[in-house]
Amino acid sequence: MNSSIEILTGPHIKRTRSVEQIMRNVVGSLLPICVFFVVQYGVSALLSIVVVTLSCLATEKFFVRLGGQSGDLNDWSATITGLLLALTLPPGFPLWMGAVSGTVAIALGKAIFGGIGHNLFNPALVGRAFVQAAFPVAIATYTPSFLPGRFTDFIPSSLALPLMAPADTVAWLHSMSYDALAGATPLAKWKFEGTLAGVSELATSLGTHMAVGPSPLLIVACSAYLAVRGFLDWRIPAAVLGSAACVAFALYGWDPHRFPDPFFVLFSGGLVLGAIYMATDMATSPVTPRGMWIYGALIGVLTVAIRYAGGLPEGVMYAILIGNAMTPLIERITQPQAFGTSKKKEKK
Amino acid sequence: MRLLNYFRGETFARGIHPPQHKETADLAIRRLPFAPRMIVHLSQQVGRPARPLVKVGEEVLRGQPIAEADGFVSVPHHAPVTGVVEDIRLHATANGPWGPAIIIRTHLGSTQEVLWEQPHEIAALDEEALIEAVKQTGVVGLGGGVFPTHAKLKVPKEYPIDTLVVNGCECEPYLTSDHRVMVERPQHLIAGIRIAQQLLNNPRAIIGVEDNKPDAVEAIRKHLPADGSIAVEAVPTKYPQGAGEMLIKTLTGREVPPDARAYTTGAYVQNVATLAEIGELLPRGRGFIERIITVVGSGVERPGNYLVPIGTPLKFLLEQVGAKGDSIQVVFGGPMMGSAVASLDTPITKGVGGILVFRGKEVQARASRKTYPCIKCGECVESCPMGLNPSTLGMLAIKREYQTMADGYRLGACFECGSCTYVCPANIPLVQHFRVAKQMLRRNSA
Repeated sequence: MNSSIEILTGPHIKRTRSVEQIMRNVVGSLLPICVFFVVQYGVSALLSIVVVTLSCLATEKFFVRLGGQSGDLNDWSATITGLLLALTLPPGFPLWMGAVSGTVAIALGKAIFGGIGHNLFNPALVGRAFVQAAFPVAIATYTPSFLPGRFTDFIPSSLALPLMAPADTVAWLHSMSYDALAGATPLAKWKFEGTLAGVSELATSLGTHMAVGPSPLLIVACSAYLAVRGFLDWRIPAAVLGSAACVAFALYGWDPHRFPDPFFVLFSGGLVLGAIYMATDMATSPVTPRGMWIYGALIGVLTVAIRYAGGLPEGVMYAILIGNAMTPLIERITQPQAFGTSKKKEKK
Repeated sequence: MRLLNYFRGETFARGIHPPQHKETADLAIRRLPFAPRMIVHLSQQVGRPARPLVKVGEEVLRGQPIAEADGFVSVPHHAPVTGVVEDIRLHATANGPWGPAIIIRTHLGSTQEVLWEQPHEIAALDEEALIEAVKQTGVVGLGGGVFPTHAKLKVPKEYPIDTLVVNGCECEPYLTSDHRVMVERPQHLIAGIRIAQQLLNNPRAIIGVEDNKPDAVEAIRKHLPADGSIAVEAVPTKYPQGAGEMLIKTLTGREVPPDARAYTTGAYVQNVATLAEIGELLPRGRGFIERIITVVGSGVERPGNYLVPIGTPLKFLLEQVGAKGDSIQVVFGGPMMGSAVASLDTPITKGVGGILVFRGKEVQARASRKTYPCIKCGECVESCPMGLNPSTLGMLAIKREYQTMADGYRLGACFECGSCTYVCPANIPLVQHFRVAKQMLRRNSA
């Protein structure tokens, strides 16, 4: 007969989904996007992804060792931060600066709040915001994609020594007979030059020698896998992209010469990546369904507002960080409707 | 499908879909042998413990009352076997504390026929007499509530009941005892509904059965009276469909307001097993001495739906069905809301509708799973049938801000269905936190 009994509180069954499983799937869905980024920009992008991610993991390990945190490297959350951060940096971003941003992302964006689940701001964007302030020139220096020789030669600025001025990317582009504007992003070209890139080239990122990130369509496809499996809440991206498109459409309808068309707004810059992979960061977005819509809409509107009215060509990062800051307030005013408190009509 | 149901307003919002594990659904009810010794607890119900009517050494007949109700909210208990009263003493209960019990040594040579009965002419009984007759059966809410059924049937006159909701959902995974009652004993169920209707001033009755039990719906349909006063409806399979408020919402569209009783909405819920027992026992004036229990789980060699005398020692039952492994966990009730028994010496009581036996290894694996801080994925918010925010409640509980939980986040509305805890990927014991919080609030207000 049975010699001992187990006493454990209910419920006695449990769904198998775990934090690690969610994070692992997010990492998996990011891999094709990273591969495409490497195809676009070659060894510089590859090394950038590796260095930034490793710096995130090392920082995470350091703080977990330091104690008081329940996270660990095998929860994969630091890996996500590293990959996302690398994807938002210019491919020729000096590697040592990349390491700084990765360290800051985890240290100031996550560990300081108490680790996984406790952070108020998206760690990847905290890291990026830091280097945007610290290295304003390097972070604005892009290079065209699909350059010949990208798999054998580094973009010279990548290998800059710590605290040394990076090699002059513009001069390097000149030496390859590209003009100085070849490295400008489509958003910068629109903002400072008034030229608009084609929508299909933006959506696929397959245009010749454009300074763009991974294809928005690829990002949508990869995230669709997550959404179908239930690892990603589709409402936040829908709200971000929907509200940005609505504002852009209204302004475009009002003055098509002054404002770009909504498709340009959707597919340029980091809006798709930010809406799908960063605004949806669970810890920093509302848990309440109505809150998700408000939060997403706020980010979409702010993005367009910063792009159109601000000094910077891109506004996704600050829009999401402001959205993160508003999350506790949004949650407070959007608590779910408790059962029995709504006035619904009777059936039959 | 789930979304569609919601938009058509055919069921309550949110909830979860755990794997059903209804492996015993097709196994007919079988009788378990009588144990050599029976332990009848005097307190198997909500309310006051019953008072013993027998003395040590007295011979009792199967079905004979051995304890009487002490006041209105209490029930009598009957001898589950023909035998001799061996002792009246404290005995272990399933959840820990010991309670007074009558120990009966079974006469092994006896045929164990039920000889003791007092038939009633139901139609001739007035309300008071009928409620008294219900009380004498000793039946309590068999869905797990164990509230004396006769007391629940006495609804204040200022709240007329227009709908009798008969709960045949059995939404807990694994459990199939209600299912078998509906399939094998629909005539008793209909008889019980008739009695409840008579007491509640003839409301319409709707039997709600989850749509994973089409055979139960079919069996009941064959016995429905022609006058249309009783209907059966298949409702979406979703946990916790079998919670009273949820089934009322699904069948009538009404929502019971917070802090109000269900009958204030004109709807009244009874469980199928409870009504079937009333329907079977009351006309003959018999007592409730055995019930149908699903015994299932990875630690059981012969799972099934067993007819078990109330008072059968758990150890005896486990020997009969073959419990595997040297370490097991035994749960009384379903896997979502049931609780692990603290001792194998406890007997079966009236409220036990399911016995789950899990192997110790599985339980240890579940216990050793890593717990993370809340990552605010919002799964719990999407699962809570009461429309609460378990994520925020959980964080407040960890900070011990119990009063804020009650005042700002409606902790009191939580009926501990466990949906939030089931889905939580961070493995936070949310419902356990909520139980502790409620307990602390009660202590503070006392």
